[in-house]
Amino acid sequence: MKYLTEYRNLEATQQVIRQIEKVVTRPWQIMEICGGQTHSLVRNGLLELLPEEIQMIHGPGCPVCVTPMQLIDLAVELLQRGVILCSFGDMVRVPGSTISLQEAKSRGGDLRILYSPLEAIRIAKENPDREVVFFAVGFETTAPANALSVLQAEKEGLSNYSILVSHVLVPPAMEGILDDPFCAIDGFLGAGHVCAIMGYREYHPIAEKYKIPIVVTGFEPLDLVQGIYRAVLQLEKGEYRVENQYARAVSEEGNRAAQNVIHQVFQVADRQWRGIGTIPKSGYALKDEYSDYDAGKRFQLEEERATDSGECIAGAILKGQKKPHECPHFGKKCTPRNPLGAPMVSSEGACAAYYHFASTNA
Amino acid sequence: MKNKPALPDTIQLAHGSGGQMTRELLEQIVFNTFRNPYLEQKHDGAIVPLKGPVVISTDSFVVSPIFFRGGDIGELAVNGTVNDVAMCGAIPEYISLGFIIEEGLEMAQFLRVVESVKRAAEKAGVQVVTGDTKVVESGKGDKIFINTTGIGNPHPKAQISMDRVRGGDQLLVSGPIAAHGMAILSEREGLEFESEIQSDTACLNHLVRDLLDEFGPEIHLLRDPTRGGLSGVCSEIAQDSNLGILLRENALPLDKQVAAACEILGLDPLYVANEGVFCAIVSPAASAAVLEFMQQHPDGSRAALVGELREAHPGKVVMESPVGGTRIVTPLIGEQLPRIC
Repeated sequence: MKYLTEYRNLEATQQVIRQIEKVVTRPWQIMEICGGQTHSLVRNGLLELLPEEIQMIHGPGCPVCVTPMQLIDLAVELLQRGVILCSFGDMVRVPGSTISLQEAKSRGGDLRILYSPLEAIRIAKENPDREVVFFAVGFETTAPANALSVLQAEKEGLSNYSILVSHVLVPPAMEGILDDPFCAIDGFLGAGHVCAIMGYREYHPIAEKYKIPIVVTGFEPLDLVQGIYRAVLQLEKGEYRVENQYARAVSEEGNRAAQNVIHQVFQVADRQWRGIGTIPKSGYALKDEYSDYDAGKRFQLEEERATDSGECIAGAILKGQKKPHECPHFGKKCTPRNPLGAPMVSSEGACAAYYHFASTNA
Repeated sequence: MKNKPALPDTIQLAHGSGGQMTRELLEQIVFNTFRNPYLEQKHDGAIVPLKGPVVISTDSFVVSPIFFRGGDIGELAVNGTVNDVAMCGAIPEYISLGFIIEEGLEMAQFLRVVESVKRAAEKAGVQVVTGDTKVVESGKGDKIFINTTGIGNPHPKAQISMDRVRGGDQLLVSGPIAAHGMAILSEREGLEFESEIQSDTACLNHLVRDLLDEFGPEIHLLRDPTRGGLSGVCSEIAQDSNLGILLRENALPLDKQVAAACEILGLDPLYVANEGVFCAIVSPAASAAVLEFMQQHPDGSRAALVGELREAHPGKVVMESPVGGTRIVTPLIGEQLPRIC
C-alpha cells in the first residue's frame, strides 16, 4: 500500500502540525469541501491535534447528504413500481419524506447495492423483461462511471436501463457558500478526488473573485495537515491563490478522458441541494440525445421541487455555520440509527463523522 | 446386502417429508458420514454423558455464497458454534446439526457441505450426535441454511466472567482481523486481488483449552468478534463492564490484502466479521506470557496485544490513530454486509 503508509506517518504528520503552530498568529476558519476529508480528519483524531486557532468547517462534499429528499422519494416510488433499483450502499439508509430505500426493500422492493454502475448494466442484461434503474448520485468523481454506463447501455442496445440522475458539482457549491452573507470561511481545502477528474483550472477565478486561498488536498493525515499548512501560510501572508498539495493524483487539467465521457452524456443544469436549496448550474442532467436513459422521463416522475428537511439543520451544517454538536437533536433525537437528516447517515456526513469518531474531549 | 436406491441429482421436497426419501438421504449421506454410537441410537434425540454444569450455545448459518475462499457453510456451522462454546471457557464435545435445504440444491453440493461438516467436527474434536433435515420449496430459502447447537463442560480452571474484567486488564486478539468478511465480500463482488483473501474460519477451542490449562484464572474474558467485528465486541465489553477500552490502531494485526480491500471498498476493518479469531482479556501481570504462549501455538501465531481496559471514559471504546489522534469507536449501526455467516 505504497502512497498510503507514508501519508499516515506519525512523525511527518506531527512535524507539519508544529510548522502550522509556528506560523499561525490568529484564528482561521478553513473549510474542507469533501466528506472524505471530513471523515479522515475525524477518524484520525486530527481536529484535536491542530492548534486551536485552526477551525475546520465541514463542507457539503458528501453526495448522500446533499441529495434532495424528494429524489429519494422518487427512488422509493420506482421500487414500489417494481423496478430493479441499483444504488451505492450509502444511499439506502437516508430517510426520504416517508421511508428510506432500505425500508422500501424490506417491503418487497428489489433494491441492489452496487459498487459500480457497470454492474447495473450486467443486471439489465440478465433481466431483459425488467426495468433497471441506477440511482446516479455523486460529485464529479462518480459522473464518469455513470456516464459510461449510459454509453455502454447504448452500445449494447439495452432498452431497459436508465438512470435517476442527481449529480452535483463542487465549484458552484463553493461559490454558493461564499455568496452567503453569513459566510465566515477564510480558506478552502479543495476536494482531491474531484480535482483528479476535473483538474483545478476552474478554481483560479474563484480564488481571485473571493480573494480566498484554495489548496487542492488529499485524504490521508499527512495530506490534510500539509493542505492546512499551505492554506495558513497564504492566509498569514494575505495571499489567495490555488495550490495543489495532491500532485501525486491531481494535475491542473485533470483526467481528459473522463471529462470527455462526462461531457458526451451530461450537460450542466440547475440542481437542488438538500438543506441548501437550488444552486444555479450546480449539477449535471442527461443531454437531450440521451433522454431515453433518463428514469425521470421514462417513468414520468414528478419534477424536482423544493422540500425542507424538517427538524434537520443540514443547511447550516453544510454551509459551515453550525457544528454538528450545536444542533439540539445531535446524538439525542438524531443518531446514525435514527437519522433526522442525511449528514447523520453517510460515514462522510459531518454529523455521522462527529457521532462516530469525535474524541471524548472534542 | 440390499442395493441402496440411487439418490437423485438434486434435493427434492420429499427429502424433507419424513418418509422413505428422507430416510434414504439421511442413511446414505448423513448417518453414513457421521457414524457414531450416539447417532446409531436412532432416537429422536441423543443420550450423551455429561457431568456437572453444562455450557450450551446455538447458532444458525445463512451465509451466501455457501462455498467461499477459505471455507464453506458446513465448516462455518461447526466452527461458529464450537467457538461460542469455547468462548464460555468450556470444552465443546457434542453438536447438533439441523439443515433447512432449498428444493433443487444439487445433491453433490449437499454432500460437499456434509463432508465439510465432518472434517470440521473432527478437527474440533466434537461429535455430531443429533440432527434434523427439512426441505423448503424452491425460492423459499437460499440453497441451504444450517443450525448447530454445541454442548460442552466448563474447563476446570476457567473463570470467565464479565465481573472479573478490571481496569488495567490487557486486550489481545488471536490473529489478523477482518479476513472472513472481506473474503465473502470479494467473492460476492467478484473482486480480484493480487492474492486471494481467504476466510479465517477455524475452530478456536484447542487454543482456548491450552490457554486455560496454562493460565486458568488469569484469563478474565473471551469473545469472538464475528458479526459486528472487533468494534462490536469491544463496545459490548465496555458497556457491560462499565470500563473504557483503549485500542491502538497500529497494533491491530491485519493482512496486507485485507487492508487493501478494506481501503478500496471504504470499509473499516474494525467492523468486518471474523470467524477464526478471538479476543482475550487477561490480567496485566500475565499478559506478556499469554501473548508469547499464543504466538507459539499453531492457532495463534499472529496474536497481538491491541489495547487495554481503563477506568477512564467508562462504556466507551477509544482508538489511537497512527498519527497520534484519538477517536471513539461506536458499534456497527445497521448492517455492513448482510448474510456473512
